[in-house]
Amino acid sequence: MDFKDIFFYLIAIYILGTGIMAVSTRKIFRASIWLLFSLIGIAAFYFWLNLEFLAAVQVAVYVGGIVVLIIFSIFLTQKTGNQMAKTGTQQTIFAALASLLGFALTAYLVYQHHFGSNQTQELDASIENIGTQMLNPGDGGFLLPFEAVSMLLLSALIGCIVIAMKIKKEETA
Amino acid sequence: MTPVGLPHILLLSTALFFIGMFGFFTRRNLITMLMSLELMLNSVNINFVAFNKYLYPQNLSGVFFVIFIITIAAAEAAVAIAIIINLFRSSDSIDVTDAEEMKF
Repeated sequence: MDFKDIFFYLIAIYILGTGIMAVSTRKIFRASIWLLFSLIGIAAFYFWLNLEFLAAVQVAVYVGGIVVLIIFSIFLTQKTGNQMAKTGTQQTIFAALASLLGFALTAYLVYQHHFGSNQTQELDASIENIGTQMLNPGDGGFLLPFEAVSMLLLSALIGCIVIAMKIKKEETA
Repeated sequence: MTPVGLPHILLLSTALFFIGMFGFFTRRNLITMLMSLELMLNSVNINFVAFNKYLYPQNLSGVFFVIFIITIAAAEAAVAIAIIINLFRSSDSIDVTDAEEMKF
C-alpha cells in the first residue's frame, strides 16, 4: 500500500463523510456547505486521477457556480436559522433500507465481475488533446455535441428568464 | 490489501450514488432534493472517468461525457432553481407536500 492508495482512501472517506452530512443535517445552509466540501473532494479525486482539466472544470462549474446558485436560492426562499421539518421515522427507515439494499446489490455485482485491465498506454488527457478533439469535426471529434450543448445552454438561459420573470398585471390585461 | 483499481472507485461512486438517493427520498425541501441530485450526478461522473482511465485509455470519450454532463447539470440546476423560486412566489413554500397546485 503506497502513498497513492492512502490518498485514495483519504479522499474517499472525505467525499462520503461530507456527502452523508449534506443529506442528513437539518439546517439547510449547513447542508449546502457540506455539499460544497463534497464537491471539492470530487475535484481532489480528479486530481488523483491526473485529470487536471476536469478538476478545474469541477471547481469552476460546481463549486463556483451551482453551489453559489443554491445558496442564493436558499437566501431568497428560506429562513436559514430554522431547522427543517423532521422526516417521518417510517420514511427514513425505508429510504435507508432501499439505499443499503441497492448499495449491497451493486457492490456484490462489482465484486463478482472480473474487470479486464488495459494498461497498455496512459490516458492522454492534456488540455491540448481535449481541445483538439472537442473542436474536431472529423472522426472521433465532438464538434456536433459541443454545438448542441451550446444551443441547450442558450435555451436554458432563455427559459430561466421566462420562468422567473414577473409579469405585470396591466401588461397581461 | 490489493492496490486501488477500478472496483474500489466503482464502490466509491456507488456509495455516493446511494447517499444521494437516500437524501432524495428523505428530504421534503425542493432545494435539498436538488442538492441530493447533484451528488448522484457527480457519482455518475466518477464512473465515467474511472472506466475511461482503466479500461479504454486509448480514447477520451469518458472525459467528454463528463464535460457534457457537467454542462447539462449546470443548465438543469439553473432551470430548477428558477422553477423553485417561481413556486415560492406563488405558494410561499418550497416543501414538496405543499406543492399541490397540479393535483386534481
